[in-house]
Amino acid sequence: MSKKSTVPFRGTKEQEAQLRELIDKYRNVDGPLMPVLQGAQEIYGYLPIEVQKIISEELDISLEHIYGVVTFYAQFSLAPKGEYQIAVCLGTACYVKGSGGILDKIKEIIGVEVGECSPDGKFSLDATRCIGACGLAPVMTINDEVFGRLTVNEIPDILAKYVNK
Amino acid sequence: MNMVNLKINNIDVSVPAGSTILQAAKAANINIPTLCYLKEINEIGACRICVVEVKGARSLVAACVYPVNEGMEVFTASPRVMKARRMTLELLLSNHNRRCLSCVRSGSCELQALCNEYGVENDGKYDGAKTESEIDASAAHMYRDNSKCILCRRCVAVCEKNQAVSVIGSNERGFATHIGSPFEALLDETSCVSCGQCIVNCPTGALSEKDSTEAVWAALTDDSKHVIVQTAPAVRTAIGEEFGNPIGTDCEGKMVAALRRLGFDGVYDTDIAADLTIIEEANELVERIQNGGKLPMITSCSPGWIKFCEYNFPDLLDNLSTCKSPQQMFGALAKTWYAQKKGINPKDIFVVSAMPCTAKKFEMGRDNEAAAGMPDIDAVITTRELARMIKRAGISFNELADEKFDMPLGASTGAGTIFGATGGVMEAALRTAVETITGKPLENLEFTEVRGMEGMKEASYTVGGLTVKVAVVSGLANAKELMKKVREGKADYHFIEVMACPGGCINGGGQPIQPASVRNFEDIRAKRASVLYNIDKNMPLRKSHENPVLKEAYDEYFEKPGSHKAHEALHTTYVKRSRFGTL
Repeated sequence: MSKKSTVPFRGTKEQEAQLRELIDKYRNVDGPLMPVLQGAQEIYGYLPIEVQKIISEELDISLEHIYGVVTFYAQFSLAPKGEYQIAVCLGTACYVKGSGGILDKIKEIIGVEVGECSPDGKFSLDATRCIGACGLAPVMTINDEVFGRLTVNEIPDILAKYVNK
Repeated sequence: MNMVNLKINNIDVSVPAGSTILQAAKAANINIPTLCYLKEINEIGACRICVVEVKGARSLVAACVYPVNEGMEVFTASPRVMKARRMTLELLLSNHNRRCLSCVRSGSCELQALCNEYGVENDGKYDGAKTESEIDASAAHMYRDNSKCILCRRCVAVCEKNQAVSVIGSNERGFATHIGSPFEALLDETSCVSCGQCIVNCPTGALSEKDSTEAVWAALTDDSKHVIVQTAPAVRTAIGEEFGNPIGTDCEGKMVAALRRLGFDGVYDTDIAADLTIIEEANELVERIQNGGKLPMITSCSPGWIKFCEYNFPDLLDNLSTCKSPQQMFGALAKTWYAQKKGINPKDIFVVSAMPCTAKKFEMGRDNEAAAGMPDIDAVITTRELARMIKRAGISFNELADEKFDMPLGASTGAGTIFGATGGVMEAALRTAVETITGKPLENLEFTEVRGMEGMKEASYTVGGLTVKVAVVSGLANAKELMKKVREGKADYHFIEVMACPGGCINGGGQPIQPASVRNFEDIRAKRASVLYNIDKNMPLRKSHENPVLKEAYDEYFEKPGSHKAHEALHTTYVKRSRFGTL
């Protein structure tokens, strides 16, 4: 039931020091939570329970209150980004051209849901709005590489290249 | 006071400036329906059921938060208003588990009542996708069934603002929005204190206590068991509400009669255990003061408070009195002295507690709550569950003649009775402590400074040359503020009473549920508390240490307050917990 990240927390002492410095900066400011969460995500790349707990203790804001804010805004992520960040476009053009099926196939192969990262840290998966490459629909990107006019059958071969990289 | 004149449904109304339309309408005897609104706690104007038409306004406005203006013209029941409210209800129902027949809140559900009032049928006019959810049954005391949740956030508001517990909130957004805990944890994994304030503030059946009545029915039909029941002071102040009596009706006599008809072998009173708590606790306090023990000493009667302290102030557990709560003291007394006196094997005694409290369901399973080597308590039912049993047994509650508790465990004093209201434990303790310290009979028994429904009260008394400073808090948010001061060494009290629920047990999480339409306009807590102070006033004995049965129990079993034997049976231990629960 619990939605704790499946990826082990790899935060460093330096990151924690940065986070505490950030919290100190906003401690006495009205409405400190949003800037602290934004800054914390810059430091860690995501907002795992370990980070939210530090913020909760330091600002005396309940963990649930923080979690509620984190899950409300799309800009915040509970899972780290993988070494290879897969993003499948679910904009209108891509969707009608079958990107839903592409997304399902990727989920099946790498075994993670949208917004998650595989336990080995290799792949993370996102579903995006229109990325402006409708002429190539359906489209996905892996890091900075763009794959257009995709078919479901091509997916295993594309991913295999990254698995073995 | 600045008054504002306006018209509501063409009737002239004059109300203090700053009033809301809802309050102004109430003053004109016009009710406007509400769902999400809880006065001073949840004023978010989110559910839109209270919308009204204001002449000249562009759209309908939420009466619960909209302030009145001079010359305003309001229409609370126009066709436009009716249409909007009906659609709001239809939309709420479209994502609602509509299995009302067996719902625990059928008959007391605020959504059901409104649908009935507005003629909204159960036909799923806007049926489409439904938010997926699972029932959370992880906690010892309650269920959360989000399929019946209407996202009013009343539970969230009381958990955060009144109780400073804040383990539930709204997660995600849009259609996926749901009430949940951090990282979608089960309630049992969080630092929930089991107070049940979320339950009594829920308008629907989304939150409910875990029902233990089946275990009680089973025990009652088991001939090998000696089944006895204890009733906490606050139960008698409110159970009448379940049978249509006005708030603040004393139903002690009828409650006793009903329990006897349910077939209990002994109908007893938690008041005797409250007296026992006072005797032990006053002794502990005097010892701490005289021997330089940890001060301030803090009461340990309220299991919601104990758990809160364990989660949030684990460094201050030594300040807690080691006395078991009255519920647990009763079980300990029953399975030791009473068992011996009656010649019954404690294994064959089944102790049922009727409590205004859901945290008692958690408390019975704590460590070191087993005086005779087995759990002190076998089942806890709330006031609501007791009322359900009485109804199911076909007992005409209101027609019953008053009856008296059985002896010996029905012997009580006025001091034990007032435990059910905030300040009651303090007052009872003072009556005994003052006599213990001065050795002279106390003349004025009423310590009015610690009475009343304020969240934080303090007083100081000079007793035999010693100044005793005391504080009384109820509602865990108030307790948290006070405990921060204790931690910082800024609270030089000798004795502090803490009750988890605002107003004390009379407003506990297991009490009859009054809809927000009542809670928003009258203080149900003061009315229920008045029952206890009336009982106290008319009692022949009003000091715990004068309880004749307890004198016997000490002579025959516990020896003296604070003895080794008393410690083994009547005192307990606490555990340090993390503020994040097990997350």
